[in-house]
Amino acid sequence: MSSGEEIPDFTVEEAPFDDEAPVALHAGGVVITGISGNLGRTLAKLLHKSERVIGIDRRPMRGKPKDLEVHLIDIRRKKVEDVFRRGHVRALIHMGIMHDPRLPAREHHTFNVLGTHLVLDYCARYHVPKVVVLSSASVYGPHPDNDNFLTEDSPLMAASRFAEVRDLIEVDMYAQQFMWRHPEVETVVLRPVHIVGPDIKNAPANYLRLAHPWTLAGFDPMVQLIHQEDACRAMQAALKPGVRGVFNVVGPGEVPLSAVLRELNRSSIPMPHPIARGLLHKLWQYHLVSFPAPELDYLQFLCTVDGSRARKDLEFKPAFTLRETIRSVLPSG
Amino acid sequence: MAGQLTRYQEQPRGILGRVKGAMQSWTLKLGGNELEQRLNRIAPPQNEYGVDPFGFDLDFSKAAIAPVLWLYKKYFRVETHGIEKIPAGRVLLIANHSGQLPLDGAMIAMAMLCEADPPRVVRSMVEKWVPTLPFVSTILARAGQVVGTPENCRRLLAAGEAIQVFPEGVRGLNKTWEHRYQLQEFGLGFMRLALETNTPIVPVAVVGAEEQAPNLYDLKPLAKLIGFPSFPVTPTGLPIPLPTKYRVFFGEPMRFAGDANGEDAELQRKVRQVKDAIQSMLRTGVAQRQHVFW
Repeated sequence: MSSGEEIPDFTVEEAPFDDEAPVALHAGGVVITGISGNLGRTLAKLLHKSERVIGIDRRPMRGKPKDLEVHLIDIRRKKVEDVFRRGHVRALIHMGIMHDPRLPAREHHTFNVLGTHLVLDYCARYHVPKVVVLSSASVYGPHPDNDNFLTEDSPLMAASRFAEVRDLIEVDMYAQQFMWRHPEVETVVLRPVHIVGPDIKNAPANYLRLAHPWTLAGFDPMVQLIHQEDACRAMQAALKPGVRGVFNVVGPGEVPLSAVLRELNRSSIPMPHPIARGLLHKLWQYHLVSFPAPELDYLQFLCTVDGSRARKDLEFKPAFTLRETIRSVLPSG
Repeated sequence: MAGQLTRYQEQPRGILGRVKGAMQSWTLKLGGNELEQRLNRIAPPQNEYGVDPFGFDLDFSKAAIAPVLWLYKKYFRVETHGIEKIPAGRVLLIANHSGQLPLDGAMIAMAMLCEADPPRVVRSMVEKWVPTLPFVSTILARAGQVVGTPENCRRLLAAGEAIQVFPEGVRGLNKTWEHRYQLQEFGLGFMRLALETNTPIVPVAVVGAEEQAPNLYDLKPLAKLIGFPSFPVTPTGLPIPLPTKYRVFFGEPMRFAGDANGEDAELQRKVRQVKDAIQSMLRTGVAQRQHVFW
């Protein structure tokens, strides 16, 4: 990490920094990892009006505006360093984290954990003043004895019942470790609740698109959802100078799962919980469903968080109402 | 579109909707006009889906309390004393726990709803394993009951709610007949929270619950086998309580000052004062009553 020899190189490249001029802030670009994903494209669309956006993704970006610079590189590649070495990076938004339970654990583990290590370390080496890491409120995990509103200090227990998500926790933990090790970098870790939206294809959004979603008979936990555009606004808010720390990001409020399914006119199938897990596991093994059995915990227990810190320090307020957020998974919008 | 969007505020359809409607009318029949007005005075913060952030659903609760209200009015014929002493704003109700089934908690909650002025919704701190029970977990949550974590309690107190705690827990609930009206060991958690949040404590004594299901013998091996805290042998069999007369005594609010993270011995001294207040109300209550059933 001691990269003293890089500094002169950097100072030569960087234009004389003037704290007084607001333009200087905009002189640097914002690097976004995972820009070609559905959420990444939403974020790029939001930021590229006001910022110089530099994307990194191994997948090509659909509908890329001409003036947007996107590097088609796997974040584990050494070539990523060039993006930072060239200078003029004022912030990194690291959302290049994948969660595909079908992939072998080794693949997503190295991509998530190793990738995060590498890009954060480039930020320290090349004096990027701001790092925003997109984690998730799921790192706390759904548990019967959870507080109704988990604060940022709550332990990250998700892997205790669902081992496959441990790399997501490691990413979050590494970002926190980085925050303490590099006080000169303003590091922000965002833990948004389930992100949904017309373009989002994560597990919660896919679940809400099922015509006959399973529920667990007799269980109806409160859930929190956030619209994809609100989640991106939170990331934008995190770029504000002076902001650092870990923040839960909550959408327009809490609502029983049953009310969400009613709003979407779903006819849910209540399954007795003692048999649901085994059955879903079998279906998963035969590739008949895309939901691994431990995700049933989200239909049974609370994993809801307190978003007051982000409301206060990031001045983040969701723009979409509860009803709009829920209905955003519907095709016509 | 507007009609479709507001639909869920209206009566739900189907059998469940009809049951809910019938239960709500039962509640109003038992409680009369007065209860209807009281329920209308409770205005919990709620979103467009009719719940508060903890999942408390007033509309659902109006239906769910019907059987509890029947127990309160007709079966146990609960008599309250000193309920006017309940201070406005956040308060901790600390009560003795007895009777094998936690009906004493439900009766205190009904008293706060039916007799206190203004009517209050009691949020009890339920055991941490309750969320693993199907149906029970959902019904309790919609009725405003919350898992008893210190953080939840803090949050509700900050919102000015009335919280009910039984510091004896199952030690009190399942004690055997020869220990009736003798307070068991108190936990210290409630005192820590009271000090930390500067919340007044109202000691509450429930007389009559002990006799609803006398625990003649605790079948410990059987309890252990089925994973229950105890297996009481009672005259009527466990789920059926005897129709004893409940008397609920509310004491003077007690205010404590000190370090919430102080030594246990110091906390114990303060807890002792609350315990003594409850024990003395119990003694007078038991001595003054003419009959267990009337």
